[in-house]
Amino acid sequence: MMSHAAAHYTSTGLDSRKMAFWAFIGSECLLFGSLISTYLVYKGRSVVGPTTHEILNIPVTSVSTFDLLMSSLAMVLALSAVERGDKIWARGWLATTALLGLVFLGFQAYEFTTFVHEGLKLDTNLFGSTFFVLTGFHGGHVAIGVLWLLTLLVRSFMGKLGPDKALNVEIAGLYWHFVDVVWIVIFTVVYLLQ
Amino acid sequence: MTSIATPASSVARRSGIWSWITTTDHKRIGILYGVTALFFFLLGGLEALIIRLQLAAPGNTLVSAETYNQLFTMHGTTMVFLAIMPLSAAFFNYIIPLQIGARDVAFPRLNAFSYWVFLFGGLLLNSSFLIGAAPNGGWFGYANLTSSQYSPGLNIDFWVIGLQVLGAASIAASINFIVTIVNLRAPGMRLMRMPVFTWMTLVTQFIILTAFPVITIALVFLMFDRFFGTNFYSVAAGGDVLLWQHLFWLFGHPEVYILILPAMGIVSEVIPTFSRKPLFGYAVIVYSGILIGIIGWGVWSHHMFATGLGPIADSVFAATTMIIAIPTGVKIFNWLATMWGGQIRFTTAMLFAIGFIAMFTIGGLSGVMHSSPPADLQQTDTYFVVAHLHYVLFGGAILGLSAGAYYWWPKITGKLLDERLGKIHFWLMMVGMNLTFFPMHFIGLLGMPRRIYTYDTELGLDTLNLLSTIGALLLGVAMIVFLVNAWRTRTNGEPAGKDPWGGAGLEWAIASPPPVYNFSVMPEVVSRLPLWSTREMKPIPDVPPEPVHVPGGSFWPVVAALGILLLGIGALLQALPVVIGGGAVLFVSVYAWAFEPFEM
Repeated sequence: MMSHAAAHYTSTGLDSRKMAFWAFIGSECLLFGSLISTYLVYKGRSVVGPTTHEILNIPVTSVSTFDLLMSSLAMVLALSAVERGDKIWARGWLATTALLGLVFLGFQAYEFTTFVHEGLKLDTNLFGSTFFVLTGFHGGHVAIGVLWLLTLLVRSFMGKLGPDKALNVEIAGLYWHFVDVVWIVIFTVVYLLQ
Repeated sequence: MTSIATPASSVARRSGIWSWITTTDHKRIGILYGVTALFFFLLGGLEALIIRLQLAAPGNTLVSAETYNQLFTMHGTTMVFLAIMPLSAAFFNYIIPLQIGARDVAFPRLNAFSYWVFLFGGLLLNSSFLIGAAPNGGWFGYANLTSSQYSPGLNIDFWVIGLQVLGAASIAASINFIVTIVNLRAPGMRLMRMPVFTWMTLVTQFIILTAFPVITIALVFLMFDRFFGTNFYSVAAGGDVLLWQHLFWLFGHPEVYILILPAMGIVSEVIPTFSRKPLFGYAVIVYSGILIGIIGWGVWSHHMFATGLGPIADSVFAATTMIIAIPTGVKIFNWLATMWGGQIRFTTAMLFAIGFIAMFTIGGLSGVMHSSPPADLQQTDTYFVVAHLHYVLFGGAILGLSAGAYYWWPKITGKLLDERLGKIHFWLMMVGMNLTFFPMHFIGLLGMPRRIYTYDTELGLDTLNLLSTIGALLLGVAMIVFLVNAWRTRTNGEPAGKDPWGGAGLEWAIASPPPVYNFSVMPEVVSRLPLWSTREMKPIPDVPPEPVHVPGGSFWPVVAALGILLLGIGALLQALPVVIGGGAVLFVSVYAWAFEPFEM
C-alpha cells in the first residue's frame, strides 16, 4: 500500500525511534553531567567523615565494574543473535545481560548497606549526599535497563522477537551501553581519582 | 484491499470529549496546548494585575507581604512555564508538521503524553492556591531561602515537584520535535529550505533537550534536601548556596532563548508575507539563531554578578553577554531589511511583528546595559531589571506570539479574526505595555527594589507606580478585546480560504482548517518559498487520490500522565502508597502503550 510505504519514509533514511533515542541520550548526558559536576565541586568539602577513601572499597567495586562491562559484551552478542534469527542464543545472551545487570545491582545494594553500617548515610555529609544520589541515579537507570531486557526476553519466548524486531534490541542496547559508559566515568571520578 | 474507508468518514467519528482526551492528532494537541496556555496566561496576568494594584499606591494593604510573595513567584513561574513555553508549543504542534509537509509528528502518542503531563503539572502547581500555600520563593527559588529551615510548609514542595513534572513534559516534546523536523520533512525540503519558524523551533528544542536536565537535577537536590535531609545547599555541612544559582542559571539563561527564539521564528514568517518579499538574509538569520542557541549556554553567570564571582569570571561573562547581542542584532537588521522596499500591508499580524522588533530592541538594549558588571550592580534586584525582562518577554515573546496568533488563526479555525478589533487589541497592548514597563526603568534606577510588597511615599515614586498600574489595567482590557474578537469570529468570522495572506509556506497550500491527514499527497518541495516560486509546485488535490491511513487515538498517554501526576501528589504528601500507586499506573500504561497496535 502506497500510504503505508509513505508513512515510513524519513528524510534522513534513519529510523525515527533510533534518532529519538540518541536525542534522549544527549539529554541524559546533561543529567549525569550535572550530577558528576556537583560531586566534583563538593569533593573534599565535607566537614565530617567518613568520606571517599576512608570508606570506598575499590577492589569490590572493580569486580562489579568488570561485571557491568561484560554485560555490554553480552548485549552486543544478544543483538547479533537476534539479527541472525538465532532464538536460542538471543535468549541466552539477553538473559546473561539482564543477570549481569542484576549482579551489579546486588553489588550496589551490598555497598550501600555496608556504608550505612559504617556510618555513611544520605544526610551524614556532603560526600554521602553526592555519592548516594549520583550512584543511586545510575543504579535506577540500570534497574530500568534490566526490566527492559527481561521484557525483551519474554517477547523472545513469546516468539515475537524475530530479526524484524532487531531494532528494538538495538535501541535497548544503546541505552544499556550508555548506562555502562556513564558508570565508567563514575568509577573513574568517584573511585579512582585520589 | 477491502477497506475503502474515506478519510471523511473517519473524521466524522472523531468528536466529543473522549476523542479529545485520546487524540494523537498534532492539530488537536496544538489547540489543546493553545487553550490551556491561554488559560494559564490569563491566570498569570491576573496575578500581575493584583501585584500592580497593590503597588498602585504607597503603603497599600490590598494584599499581605506573604500573599505578595506567592503572587510574584507564581506570576513568574506561570508566565515562563505555563504560558509562554506552551503557547510556543501550541504553534510547534499545529504549524511545524504543516510547514515541513508531514502528516503528523514523529511520535503522536508521545506528543499527547507531553500535553497531558504539562496540563497536570500546571494544575498541580496551581492547586497550591486552594490550600493557601502557593510557592513563595521567587521563580528562581534561590537556596537557601528554599530550605526546609527557612521555608517550612508545602509552598516550595509544590514548586519543586510541579517543575519536575513540567520538565518531563518539555523534554519528551523536545525529542519528538527534533526527530519530526529532522526526519519527517517532505521530499525536497532540505534543511536550508525549511521555513525560519521551523528552524528556530529546531534550535529551541535542542536548548530544551539540554537545559531541562540541568534544572531537573537542581530540583532533585532541593527535593532531597527538603525530604531526606541531604546537604546539597547546606552551608553548615560545607555546601555552597551558589551551586543552586549556577545550576539554575545554567538552565535559566538558555530558557530565555527557549522563550524568545520561537517568537523570532514567527516574526520571520510574518514580515516577509506582509512585505511581499523573501526574508532578507535567510541563511544569516538561520545561522544567528543557531549561534544564539550555542552562546546562550555561555552567559549564565551574568545573573550572578552581584554574588562576587571575581574579576575574571565577571569579565568573561560580560564579554560573552555582549557577544550574544551580535547575532540578535543581526536578526533585527535582517527583519528591517526585509521590510525595506517591500509592499507592506499593515495587518494586525504585521503590526504585532513590527511592535516586536521595536519593543524587543528596547529590551535588548537594556540587556546589554546589564552585561557590564559595574552597571549591573546598580541595576540588579531593582525594577530596572523588571523593565528589561518585560520588554524582552512581553514586548518580545508575547508580541511575537500574538503576531503568530493573528497570522495562523485563519489556518487553525478557518475563520479570519476581525482586523478592526485586532488593531484595537494591538494599540491597547502597545500603549499598555509601554505605560506599564517604561516607567519601571526610572523606578528601578531611582532605587525601588523588586519583590517587596510595598514602598514608602518618601521614595517619591508614587506617580510612576500609579502610571505603571494604569498601564497594566490597559493590558487587561487589551486581552478582553482579543477574547471578544476570538469569540465573535468563531461563528460569523470571514471564511479564510486556503491562503488568506498570500503566504509562501506549505501550510498555505491546504484547506483551512486542514483535513485530518494534512496533505492528500506528499508535497514535493522545489524551493524555499514553495507557493511564491516560479517553479510551480505540483498542486495538492483537495481529495486524496487514494485512501490515507490516519492513526486512531490512544488513551495510554493520558493514563501514563496520570501516573506521573499521582507520583507527584504522593511525593508532595510524602505518602508512599500514592507514590507506589502512581508508579504502578505509569508502569502498566508504558507497557500497554508499547504493545498496543498503533500503525503510523
